[in-house]
Amino acid sequence: MIIDQIQEEIIDNFNMLDDDIEMSLNYLMELGEGLEPLGDELRIDDNIIKGCQSKVWLSHTFEDNKLIFFGDSNTAITKGLLSLLISVFNNRTPKEILESKLFFINETGLCRFIGTQRSNGLEAMENKFKIIALNSLKNG
Amino acid sequence: MSNFPISEIRKDFPILETKINKNDLVYFDNAATTQKPQSVIDSLSNYYKSFNSNIHRGVHQLAEKATEEFESTRETAKSFINASSTNEIIFTRGATEGINLVAASYCKNFLKKGDEIIISEMEHHSNIVPWQMVAKENDLVIKTIKVTGKGELDMEHFKSLLNENTKFVSIVYISNTLGTINPVKELVNISNNAGAKVLVDAAQATSHKNVDVKDLNCDFFVFSAHKMYGPTGVGILYGKEKILEKMPPYMGGGEMIKDVSFEDTTYNTLPYKFEAGTPNIGDVIGFKKAIEYLNDLGRQNIYKYEKEIRDHAWKELKKIDRIKLVGTSDSKIGIFSFYVEGFHYYDLGLFLDAKGIAIRTGHHCTQPLMDKMNLDGTARVSLAMYNTYEEINYFIDELKKIISK
Repeated sequence: MIIDQIQEEIIDNFNMLDDDIEMSLNYLMELGEGLEPLGDELRIDDNIIKGCQSKVWLSHTFEDNKLIFFGDSNTAITKGLLSLLISVFNNRTPKEILESKLFFINETGLCRFIGTQRSNGLEAMENKFKIIALNSLKNG
Repeated sequence: MSNFPISEIRKDFPILETKINKNDLVYFDNAATTQKPQSVIDSLSNYYKSFNSNIHRGVHQLAEKATEEFESTRETAKSFINASSTNEIIFTRGATEGINLVAASYCKNFLKKGDEIIISEMEHHSNIVPWQMVAKENDLVIKTIKVTGKGELDMEHFKSLLNENTKFVSIVYISNTLGTINPVKELVNISNNAGAKVLVDAAQATSHKNVDVKDLNCDFFVFSAHKMYGPTGVGILYGKEKILEKMPPYMGGGEMIKDVSFEDTTYNTLPYKFEAGTPNIGDVIGFKKAIEYLNDLGRQNIYKYEKEIRDHAWKELKKIDRIKLVGTSDSKIGIFSFYVEGFHYYDLGLFLDAKGIAIRTGHHCTQPLMDKMNLDGTARVSLAMYNTYEEINYFIDELKKIISK
């Protein structure tokens, strides 16, 4: 399953950082910078993910039974985390997304680095991807 | 530099030896809670090891000893704030509970429809929400004193709010977000002359400066042990005895009663009528050691040293162009709220943590103040007596590196 392969790659990348928190944060920041900023028309309340301490927006398109995600955040680290989730779920079918299990967050120790309050935020982000997938499945 | 015994003090706080991500811990989150000296930690463990027992009414020796130690904290706290009697010292869970007690007992029973309560724009949520709750129940009106651009109370605006309906004023002594030391003595005087009772929220004051309830002449005064090097879960409500006498109990249960039957109950005398249930005995006993620690050092000396490190931090922060300080009153303690243009406070907090520096980020439980300043949050550095020039320099260096990322 491609979703699992991508997660394994993420884990390998973080393993190279040797548990160095500052390097991990720098890496997340870089990853976030790679996300295309969302236009103002997509930074709307409908796209906000509730439960995150910082603001996160997630938008998508659905074509040929595949979901493409666009996201943004007002904080650099959260944007980095979001970019990881997008890389895992991008170009996948709603069914693949709904059947997937996210394991990279625990295995990279990202939740340990980022703290409990914020990993609730991560959970809220994961849920939002799955809700989008579910709605696409129903409507598609 | 003063002769403040900083290296001895640091040795008394074992947590300061902690490494965070291979760096020495730099603890700059003291407005949230302070660290505890060994004497407080020992006192807690000694209580549970040697004389844990329920207090009052016990005939055995452990109960005697626990009661004696528990009550001696009350005596020590009384002297610490210069109250007239131990009847004026009520143990609570913290400053928040003290405010809730006064709102629910005093205001609910003695304020009527249309009466007005004055608070300020810089209040902590703890000094807003309890008043809103009682205002809703009794149809009271809440008015707020404006805060100036420097982060001070607008005293002229305060005076303009006073009228014959003003019955209560509740005001923060030192702002947890801005660091501003408010002119509470003047405020109490003006309020009393207008016929209003005053509560002073001193949660941020007691570890930094001398406090004297007689001198302030306030009616109520609340603070928390954990913000002054004591244990969590303990606070004190001071109230003038003649006012406390008139107030009905806030909670019912054990300890606060004299006689109970199914027909009627008579209440215990002060201070016990406000202390329903078994109190937080161990932490109250540990709290005494925290007060003694402050007394031994002398709060004048602490104030003087903290002012020196405050001035140093302030000077260094001002040199960084991109740092915008929120709260620039000359009358302030070492609390610095700031934001960095183009760098979110949340990211800043995480990067500083990677370097072992603990600060707080967010709205600091003062959302109305943040709204007023058009901010959704700030980074906040809050200093305490065990912080050093070296720590401030290290923080400033790391801060500069981080924001240039």
